[in-house]
Amino acid sequence: MNNIISYAHIKNNQVSVNGSVMFQSAHSASVSEFLSEAYKSLELSYPKFHKMDAQCKLGFLCAEFAMRGTAFLTEHELSRTAIVLSNNASSLETDRVHQHSIDDKSNYFPSPAVFVYTLPNITIGELAIKHKITGENAFFVSEKFDADLLVNYTESLMDNVTEAAIVGWVDVDGSNFEAFIFLVEKQKDTNKNAIFKPLNQANIITLYNQTKWTH
Amino acid sequence: MDALIEKLKGQIIEQLNLAEVKPEEINPDSPLFGEGLGLDSIDALELIVLLEKHYGIKIQDPKDGKTIFQSLRTMAEYIKSQGKS
Repeated sequence: MNNIISYAHIKNNQVSVNGSVMFQSAHSASVSEFLSEAYKSLELSYPKFHKMDAQCKLGFLCAEFAMRGTAFLTEHELSRTAIVLSNNASSLETDRVHQHSIDDKSNYFPSPAVFVYTLPNITIGELAIKHKITGENAFFVSEKFDADLLVNYTESLMDNVTEAAIVGWVDVDGSNFEAFIFLVEKQKDTNKNAIFKPLNQANIITLYNQTKWTH
Repeated sequence: MDALIEKLKGQIIEQLNLAEVKPEEINPDSPLFGEGLGLDSIDALELIVLLEKHYGIKIQDPKDGKTIFQSLRTMAEYIKSQGKS
C-alpha cells in the first residue's frame, strides 16, 4: 500500500501544511511579494531561488513546506523517488514575459534566464537539482486539479522501482496562483511526523479541501 | 575604472537576480564563474546580453567570453577598450 505522509497547500497568499495555516502574507501582497516572504520564513539559503520564475518558486516552496519536519528525503533512495506535477497554465506566465521582451524589434533583448523557464517541467528540474532526486518524473497539463490522474500515474510508478514520490499541482496565471503538493511513500512506520493516509482519489480530494483559509 | 566597476556590480546583481549578494561583497578580481560569484552557463548568456543592452557591445566570437568574463575587472577593462564606458 502507498501512503500520503504529508502535504502542503498554497493559495490566497497563505501556506497550509497538513491542514493548518503555517504562514500568510497580507491579502494584498503580489505573487512575487508573497513568494519572497514565504521563502524568508523558511530561513533557507539557496540563492538559485531568486533566479527562478514564479511557478518554480511556488513549486519549490510548496515541496519545501510539505517536506519540512519529515524524513522524506533521507528515508528513500533519491534514484527511486519520483516527481509528478501538473497544472492548467503550463508555463504561460513566463511565456508572456518572454513574448514581451521580443515584441519590440528596436529593443530586442530576450533574456536567456527567462527563456529557460518557458517549459512547465522546469519546476520538476528545480526540485530535482535542489534535492538530488533522479527518479521518474512527469508533468501533466490538465483543465483543473485532477486527483484521479495524479493518483493513477503515481500508483503505476510505484508498482515498479519507485518507492516515494512528490506529487501535486503547481499553477500560476497572472495574479492567480495555487500549489498543492503531497508526499507519497510505500508503507513504512518510521516517519514520526507523517499523517499516513492511503493514496487514493477520495483522500486526495479530502486533503485538498481540508484547509480552512483565513482570508 | 572604479566607477565603471561599481556600476557593473549593480547591473550584474539586477540582471542576474543575485538577490542575496551585496555590491560590497563582490571582489572585482574574484572569478565570476565556479568559485567567487558562482555564476552558471545561463548567467554567462545574461552577461552577453548585458554588454549588448547597456554598452552596445556585441561579442562576435563566443571564445572571447572566457577572457572577458574572467572577473568584474576584466569585464570593465574590455568595456573601456571598446570605448563604450
